[in-house]
Amino acid sequence: MATILIDGRPYEVKDGQNLLQACLTLGFNVPYFCWHPALGSIGACRQCAVKRFKNEKDTGGEIVMACMTPAEDSIRISIDDPEAVGFRASVIEWLMLNHPHDCPVCDEGGECHLQDMTVMTGHAYRENRFRKRTYRNQDLGPFVNHEMNRCIQCYRCVRYYRTYAGGGDLNVFSSHDHLYFGRSSEGRLQNDFSGNLVEICPTGVFTDKTLKNHYTRKWDMETAPSVCVHCSLGCNTIPGARYGKLRRVRNRYNRDVNGYFLCDRGRYGYEFVNGPLTVQAPLAKTSRAPEPVALSGEEALARAAAWIANSPGVIGIGSPRASIESNFALRTLVGPDNFYAGLSDKDFEILNLAWEVLRNGVARTPPLSETAQADAVFVLGEDAGNTSPVLALNLRQLARRKAAGLMEEAKIPTWNDSPITRLAESEKGALYLATPCATSLDDMALKTFHAAPPDLGRLGFAVASVISPANAPKVADLIPEELRLAEKIARALKSAARPLIVSGAGSKSRTLIEAAANICTALRQIGRPAQIILALPEANSLGLAMLGASGGIETASGELLSGRAATVIVLENNLFRRCSPETTRDLWGAAKHVIAIDHIVNATTSRAELVLPAASFAQSSGTMVNNEGRAQRFFRVFSPKAPIKESWRWMRDIMGALWRPEAAGWHGLDDLIAAIAAAIPVFSALPSAAPGADFRRAGGKVPRQSHRYSGRTAILAQIDVDEPKAPEDPDTPLAFSMEGDHRQPPSALIPKFWAPGWNSIQSLNRFQQEIGGPLRGGDPGVRLIEPSPQAKARYFTAIPARQVVRVGKWVFVPLHHVFGSEELSALSPGVAGLCPKPYVALHPEDAAALGITEGGRARVDVDGSAYDLSVRMVPTLSRGVAGLPVGLPGGPALDLPASGKVSRGIADE
Amino acid sequence: MLTPEELTEIQAELARYEQKRGGCIEALKTVQRHRGWISDETLAELADFLEMTPAELGSVSTFYNLLFRKPVGRHVILVCTSVSCWVMGMGDLLEHIEKKLGINLGETTADGRFTLLPNVCLGACDRAPVLMIDSDLYGDPDVKTIDEILAGYV
Amino acid sequence: MDHPLTANIRPGEGPPDIEAYGKAGGYRALQKVLKEADPKGLIQTVMDSHLRGRGGAGFPTGRKWSFVPPGDRAAHPVYFIINADEMEPGTFKDRLLLEGNPHLLIEGTIIGAYAIQADIAYIFLRQEYTLAKRSCSRAIARAYERGYLGKNILGSGYSLELYLHTSAGRYICGEETALLNALEGRRAIPRAKPPFPPVTGLWGKPTIVNNVETICNVPIIVEHGADRFRELSRSVDGGTKLYGVSGRVKRPGLWELPMGATIREILEEHAGGMRDGFKLRGIIPGGASTDFLAADQLDVKMDFDSVAAAGSRLGTGTMIILDDRTCPVGMVLNLIRFFARESCGWCTPCREGLPWLARILEAIENGEGRPRDLDILRRHTGLLAPGHTFCALAPGAVEPLQSALTLFEEDFNRHIRENRCPWRK
Ligand SMILES: Cc1cc2nc3c(=O)[nH]c(=O)nc-3n(C[C@H](O)[C@H](O)[C@H](O)COP(=O)(O)O)c2cc1C
Ligand code: SF4
Ligand code: FES
Repeated sequence: MATILIDGRPYEVKDGQNLLQACLTLGFNVPYFCWHPALGSIGACRQCAVKRFKNEKDTGGEIVMACMTPAEDSIRISIDDPEAVGFRASVIEWLMLNHPHDCPVCDEGGECHLQDMTVMTGHAYRENRFRKRTYRNQDLGPFVNHEMNRCIQCYRCVRYYRTYAGGGDLNVFSSHDHLYFGRSSEGRLQNDFSGNLVEICPTGVFTDKTLKNHYTRKWDMETAPSVCVHCSLGCNTIPGARYGKLRRVRNRYNRDVNGYFLCDRGRYGYEFVNGPLTVQAPLAKTSRAPEPVALSGEEALARAAAWIANSPGVIGIGSPRASIESNFALRTLVGPDNFYAGLSDKDFEILNLAWEVLRNGVARTPPLSETAQADAVFVLGEDAGNTSPVLALNLRQLARRKAAGLMEEAKIPTWNDSPITRLAESEKGALYLATPCATSLDDMALKTFHAAPPDLGRLGFAVASVISPANAPKVADLIPEELRLAEKIARALKSAARPLIVSGAGSKSRTLIEAAANICTALRQIGRPAQIILALPEANSLGLAMLGASGGIETASGELLSGRAATVIVLENNLFRRCSPETTRDLWGAAKHVIAIDHIVNATTSRAELVLPAASFAQSSGTMVNNEGRAQRFFRVFSPKAPIKESWRWMRDIMGALWRPEAAGWHGLDDLIAAIAAAIPVFSALPSAAPGADFRRAGGKVPRQSHRYSGRTAILAQIDVDEPKAPEDPDTPLAFSMEGDHRQPPSALIPKFWAPGWNSIQSLNRFQQEIGGPLRGGDPGVRLIEPSPQAKARYFTAIPARQVVRVGKWVFVPLHHVFGSEELSALSPGVAGLCPKPYVALHPEDAAALGITEGGRARVDVDGSAYDLSVRMVPTLSRGVAGLPVGLPGGPALDLPASGKVSRGIADE
Repeated sequence: MLTPEELTEIQAELARYEQKRGGCIEALKTVQRHRGWISDETLAELADFLEMTPAELGSVSTFYNLLFRKPVGRHVILVCTSVSCWVMGMGDLLEHIEKKLGINLGETTADGRFTLLPNVCLGACDRAPVLMIDSDLYGDPDVKTIDEILAGYV
Repeated sequence: MDHPLTANIRPGEGPPDIEAYGKAGGYRALQKVLKEADPKGLIQTVMDSHLRGRGGAGFPTGRKWSFVPPGDRAAHPVYFIINADEMEPGTFKDRLLLEGNPHLLIEGTIIGAYAIQADIAYIFLRQEYTLAKRSCSRAIARAYERGYLGKNILGSGYSLELYLHTSAGRYICGEETALLNALEGRRAIPRAKPPFPPVTGLWGKPTIVNNVETICNVPIIVEHGADRFRELSRSVDGGTKLYGVSGRVKRPGLWELPMGATIREILEEHAGGMRDGFKLRGIIPGGASTDFLAADQLDVKMDFDSVAAAGSRLGTGTMIILDDRTCPVGMVLNLIRFFARESCGWCTPCREGLPWLARILEAIENGEGRPRDLDILRRHTGLLAPGHTFCALAPGAVEPLQSALTLFEEDFNRHIRENRCPWRK
């Protein structure tokens, strides 16, 4: 701790910070632009000027930049010093000379850091009578809007985009007062984290283009804390809605999870909620009327109840994208033995393996944010950039952290960004990648290894056996090159203070997860602090695994075929994406009634006999468990129109209609959560993921609307001149209202970042215990699993044989796309436009051997079906291995990995 | 396409810098020496060669005023617009040149013969006003001699 | 030995070649240094010589060198860089040395590099100095041939590579940390300090940057000793100085004189006084970023401390003369325009403040000035003070402005009052 004197009064601050951080942590209003807690200080904007005095006697002092000055013990500064105050006002004056003052038509208006800082410095009038400079803007693609005239040249965008996110296509051009921040030529921003620019930019240069399509001011949005549904990392978000439409998604800081940033899939994948492919009402088909007809909620309930009552048996197929609560409700309705996971059997097996590895606790899974602190990382099989983007973003910081460490030895603090960034350009962190083919992290890696999954697994097993030769199983007939690589990786992991093993379900390969687990076990046996992170496919994959199920879809289908069950309830799941056409054919053939509960229209809902409209994540509250094992509550952002409701409510009501007692006590969400916690021990901490519905403080509930929500009394005046009654939310402590307690709620309930004088996202400073640290009162979410110190070291021993390339026998491995492989985001227009067309990836020589040229077509025979696909050349794929993208719209549903045949396609013949 | 000649010259330069990108300014100048200016296409190729992105190399190249990102005339006139030359009457001299060539500072003659650019102090203030045509420095020309000088560049 | 820097320079004849330079005693200092093999002692000698940097800031050269971590504590390669970017308006001294006696610079460079045990040296040369480029590259080649450069120099075991880097424009490249970025192939934006270049410089390695003239003094110090070098001067700073004069004087030019010669001596004896029909109104003593001195301050001695005491800076020691037929407002406008255009664009006060000042001055000069404009100008001379901006460019830029606002206040007022520039036809 250091004691610093601010305007004559002593304050205790943490060591090693700069003055700006220290002052902001203490709650002082020191304005700034170029500094950002995740990017550090560069001293460019000169906005954070304060006075520093040499000693008691020094009355003049000198102006210093707070962000560039260490908050050293007994330093004397003044924020209120008139010269400092005047200088800060002048900085705004300079920036305003050319700023267009177009706040009324600017999307940033009302949540603009520049507006806030202008007010904070008190600058209002200036004597400028010259023409302002103007620029031409660029079309940067579907996500980010560009309006250079508003630029204040703080350099944040390029620093974030280039150095933090690794983007190569945005930069600063020209010099003096002709700077231009943009691309070298117009076109889509190529980086998958481009959306963060809209929060990084302190003014309206980079704004959310999807929001522009249905614009609403921040103060007019209803917002609630939510959790991203587009991968398993569980980044925290704040979606905003108005008039029953989702308008945008913003980052919700959670120091433990996503920190300051989201990926573009997470930020821009939201628009599926707004339709047109949403289920609005119960729909039923009959043999006489094959076209679906809308029913009332009651009719639908009655029909479902009748089928269930008359069925010999009912099975439920759950979903990794539905909440714990909805899955549990289905499991309760059909009985645990009749609950299936909603994944192919293969995927279910891999998910269970991951769960087993995490549950047995050989190694801790760090919170996502800690993955940026690792000092040696081995990635085994996972293309994190495409399956779990923010994880990849964190792994990118390895080189920077190494550079920061080196600089720290030279007494350069970690916040002094420029020297660290320069050094980081030529440094590589200890990042080792073993993946089927090149990934977006390859440029950051010390070493990459591309091979078929079994060979990747062999490398992993070899690493484990090098670390612990006495205990870990040995890999036979390694080639010297692989052994050397294994030794190198083992050495790096052993000598690291925070070694991290990354693997996951992306390659759909058991052996990779087993090898990863072995490495952790080996490290632990020699007393090293191994950490593991397994990327899982979907937002609630781990939650589903933790609930437990009797099998995957093939098993479920077998159950129907056996005649033991005749009715199947499919929860928020499109089975046609998950297993082979054969399986779905069987299932539909065997089932007497298929009931689908979902919020989006898809092949499953179209073929179901009865469809019940479920509430999407934005219209419902519940809990999901991310890949870390962290249970996180998401809250309704806006209310669904009846009869749309949460899936669990449908289940509860069906049970009610059947006079079943189990759900009789489920009046609200909390009751259900309590029931889950009581029924399944691993969920015992579930209630503490967030305060329950009865949480109150003096001012009442936590309002979703802002202090200045406008038009409330007239919002539906064209329908009714009376003010409509606000929707109730009995499930949570949040209210659809502008009345309530606007003070900072417990962190899990923060619906918006907003503080007096701070209208922009930078108001976050006021919600943190210390700048860049945890939210006040601790970060939201509760970890459900921790490694147990007693866990027995147990090695997996099934070491695969080397992959042999045999002519005519192809191995198909799954490939992932950040835009396209995830179901819900791919339904959102911005993302949809970026989804690749289905293809097969081949090694160029393999393609040449087949006589196929780039862009040509290939016939792929797999699982008894044939597909005609265009060919992509991927030189880093192994010979004999073909990559097939997972989940692309219009692409085949394949149960990978698989083997089969590739031949020259029709168009090419 | 970068010519083999250009590539050899660039390679030789690169050897003098600890990191590849260190040679990027020399590389840009090399290309400019051969082509007069650096087009977007050339820049992209060069960036590729230097393992940089076009945006990165573009960011560097647009910073420096003697790297030309637009076509220039066969001869580039750098006019010292700094203080000593201004005191010594560059204003009138420049006006004369502008009239004579029919262009303003920053422009190129229609026949592509001259580009007229302002420049920082050319470090020959004792001979002010000065200007430089290609790599030749001219001190204190008057209205008559400048016409003769210009005539020497075709 | 009165003109050690320029003794071998014969204007119009081209530089002495390596033979001629050797005959005149060249490379003897280098041999001495290598024989003594005492880098620390060498640094001490340079400290004792009271040599202060000639690039503008006047930092004691020996002290600067002593900041490089010695021997094996340094990360190698260690870099030694000659700043030959000379772009300060009104400054034309390094050109003479570069064109006129490149071997003196090269010898000084090798000695300086040896003092800090550098492995690689660069001469960072502005692109427009084409003649200097030719003379330096030829001289470097010769020095390599003679074994003064390259591996195991003269059998001493010391090796040094010397490269000539020609830049691509932009005044800010002369700022030593911006220069490092330019050499690394980046935008020439100054760097934050700390880290300081002697510890973390070019590519993160220990680096010293010195001005051309500074380094040309080094062989002289080695050869004649620190005491003799100090004796060359008429002030506490050691050595001679290249003084220049430009503007409406009879003989604009450059002269090597003892450090501490008076303005009067330089202006009247050497430059021959004002041209007929012109009166002296003000003097910018050391390049565009120094304060005006008044016409009656002719007895100020041109050394670092004396000029500072008189209210300006020695800077580069090359004066610009303002005469009575030149508009002081126009002159300041020219200066501020220059700095506004040459701002690197990194920090707000410089990037936005200077262009604003330029436009205000332009308005005043065009007869569109308003009384309040002067307040804005005055306010900015304080706002753009050292430490307020990221580097010294903007503070330098407002130096002539701030002194002009006092010295020539009435001229500014007249422009505004009469709505025109009194000097315009
Ligand atoms: C904007 C700016 C431009 C400069 N330009 C030059 C220059 O062209 N040549 C030079 O030697 N020093 C220049 N300097 C000074 C250098 O930063 C540095 O102090 C000098 O090269 C050190 O050498 P010295 O110690 O030998 O004087 C400049 C400084 C600033 C702030
Ligand atoms: S004062 Fe600021 S903007 Fe100006 S040159 Fe220096 S760093 Fe660049
Ligand atoms: S925030 Fe400190 S200079 Fe920009």
